[in-house]
Amino acid sequence: MASSLVSPSPISSFITNKKDLGFSAFPSTSQIAIQKCKKQVSKKIVSVMAPQQSERKPATTGSVKTGMTMTEKILARASEKPQLTPGDNVWVNVDILMTHDVCGPGSIGIFKKEFGENAKVWDREKVVIIPDHYIFTSDERANRNVDILRDFCTEQNIKYFYDIKDLGNFKANPDYKGVCHVALAQEGHCRPGEVLLGTDSHTCTAGAFGQFATGIGNTDAGFVLGTGKLLLKVPPTLRFVMDGEMPPYLLAKDLILQIIGEISVAGATYKSMEFVGTTVESLNMEERMTLCNMVVEAGGKNGVVPADSTTFKYLEDKTSLPYEPVYSDAQASFLSEYRFDVSKLEPLVAKPHSPDNRALARECKDVKIDRVYIGSCTGGKTEDFLAAAKLFLASGKKVKVPTFLVPATQKVWLDLYTLPVPGSGGKTMSQIFEEAGCDTPASPSCGACLGGPKDTYARMNEPKVCVSTTNRNFPGRMGHKEGEIYLASPYTAAASALTGYVTDPREFLQ
Amino acid sequence: MAASLIRTSYSSAFAFSTSKASVFSPSVSPPSIKVPTFSPTVKPLSSTVAPHAACAISLTTRATLTPSSVPSDTLTTTFHGLCYVVGDNIDTDQIIPAEYLTLVPSNPAEYEKLGSYALIGLPSSYDTRFIEPNETKTKYSIVIGGANFGCGSSREHAPVALGAAGAKAVVAESYARIFFRNSVATGEVYPLESEVRLCEECKTGDVVTIELGESRLINHSTGKEYKLKPIGDAGPVIDAGGIFAYARKTGMIPSESN
Repeated sequence: MASSLVSPSPISSFITNKKDLGFSAFPSTSQIAIQKCKKQVSKKIVSVMAPQQSERKPATTGSVKTGMTMTEKILARASEKPQLTPGDNVWVNVDILMTHDVCGPGSIGIFKKEFGENAKVWDREKVVIIPDHYIFTSDERANRNVDILRDFCTEQNIKYFYDIKDLGNFKANPDYKGVCHVALAQEGHCRPGEVLLGTDSHTCTAGAFGQFATGIGNTDAGFVLGTGKLLLKVPPTLRFVMDGEMPPYLLAKDLILQIIGEISVAGATYKSMEFVGTTVESLNMEERMTLCNMVVEAGGKNGVVPADSTTFKYLEDKTSLPYEPVYSDAQASFLSEYRFDVSKLEPLVAKPHSPDNRALARECKDVKIDRVYIGSCTGGKTEDFLAAAKLFLASGKKVKVPTFLVPATQKVWLDLYTLPVPGSGGKTMSQIFEEAGCDTPASPSCGACLGGPKDTYARMNEPKVCVSTTNRNFPGRMGHKEGEIYLASPYTAAASALTGYVTDPREFLQ
Repeated sequence: MAASLIRTSYSSAFAFSTSKASVFSPSVSPPSIKVPTFSPTVKPLSSTVAPHAACAISLTTRATLTPSSVPSDTLTTTFHGLCYVVGDNIDTDQIIPAEYLTLVPSNPAEYEKLGSYALIGLPSSYDTRFIEPNETKTKYSIVIGGANFGCGSSREHAPVALGAAGAKAVVAESYARIFFRNSVATGEVYPLESEVRLCEECKTGDVVTIELGESRLINHSTGKEYKLKPIGDAGPVIDAGGIFAYARKTGMIPSESN
């Protein structure tokens, strides 16, 4: 493997035990010495933070603020504490709570049970409800679940509910967006420095905006609905430094597959993953979203990319709410640091049946495939389709296997039909896809990424081999238990579609 | 069929009644707000004073399913029964495949259905299934797993399905965080960690006892005993009775619902 990768090198830390600074009178906080961050941080917490009895300003305690990572800072601000250490359990103010059709009804059920039938959500403008998972199906329960969301939103006067009523024609639903994580970004709900929780594991996608974003279950969501707060444990941070110019055949998907393959599916459990470096700075927002999207596949609690001019520019026309980015201190403590020279990396796949089953795409060229799937929050954004289109354009050939295209949102779908592809003489992505023999882009939703009801478009109902731009490939993920899913970048997916085998995109892009 | 309940009584999705044909009964104030968990102070299994209807069903089911001890306090809480052994990285798609996620866990009837599909996603290499064909409950009250149990999705349906099926505890080498958190939050299964790879020490069908107070697992079929890791920072939350009870106890939210 040609990557020059320096395996974890601990970053030196500073103030060791808070006791040394006369903190013993302080309400019991974590007693984990910061120096423990040098090695594996124990999941066990020594003590749980009790509510503070009195407000103690930093000046009065004589405390010296130690450096904090981005994640620690965001949680500190959200919990109104001057200083946090990994391991602290704190009550955090939530800026945005997102839910969708699969977990919404259950969360609503718990909310009503615990807070009462007539309870109101803590803030009708901070709850964003986005049906996206099982939409275009005749499954009655799935349809009913969207109705449940609607009734709740009506009753609560929820400001942001991206409703859909006409399942036969998504375009007839002006409010409908599609995949929640992409919709959150496109609708301006992601802002640097904030705390965003969602009832979906890929909520970590929003970390691309320099905020703390993570997935929670129905019960936690029910709690947030009523209180606007949640008890969270501050995670230590793993830092990933990626430098070098991004080769023209690599995409963010390859970077994150590289990382997951490196640290394994549990390598970031209970940890935050921070992505920095010149390469990261060169990525556009959607590529950064792809990077953060699969943090959960490494077990990560959240992913963060520091906000910069790219972020601010993206947000300009999307949100008018004020925000305040935070950045890791120079002396912040990181659990480990991994460095990558991106110029040495090659296109990758994650072979069945695990996202950490990393392999070079070129070493899988004898793997015959049955289909290609381009879609999902991971690989169904405009940038993902642009990449696939560029590769099809470069090749000029037709696909050899059924190639399913599922745009994440209505906006993405529209882009497919309106955005000119650079170097194509004004063609749109949809035209290029049509010329390449791909299936017509489908109605925007999560689609077959997670299988879904049996009539879901592109669901794998028989054992097939699929190259997919999605995020997980555990057994049965896209439907059939014996299905074989190779996770890949849009470039690699497109290249594979053209040959009928897992293919390194350099065959077509140079 | 749930669909027939839709228009007028969608809220039966989270009504207390266990009857499928139930009509939503408004303003049922939970008498004592307690989130279902394996709190050491929880009432005997036959208690009907559980705010979470699903829990009431779950507890009652467990009472009839396995002859385990009645939890009365931490020191004497035990789980006893047959164990079902799985490997590493059992993800949520294997625990409860996505096609069943249309079932809403807070709907009692759908809660039961979820249970009937628990671990149905395991590959066919698992000869002995968690729930036998034509059964809706499992005969295994303890699931023994390897590393990273419950990885994948944040779906709370995963621990719920296990609990609804009749499992009471999971003993894994390690957990994925969202699954662990959801287990604690719902109280559906008690998530324990082992010191060693119990998945290699135990076989499906072994009779085991877990003694929470002693942090110990005994495999009666092999005669071996194993140390379990203490519950850690989830302890205060579980002991209080779940996130809602913990929040009320620590003054974060009022002690009674509106």
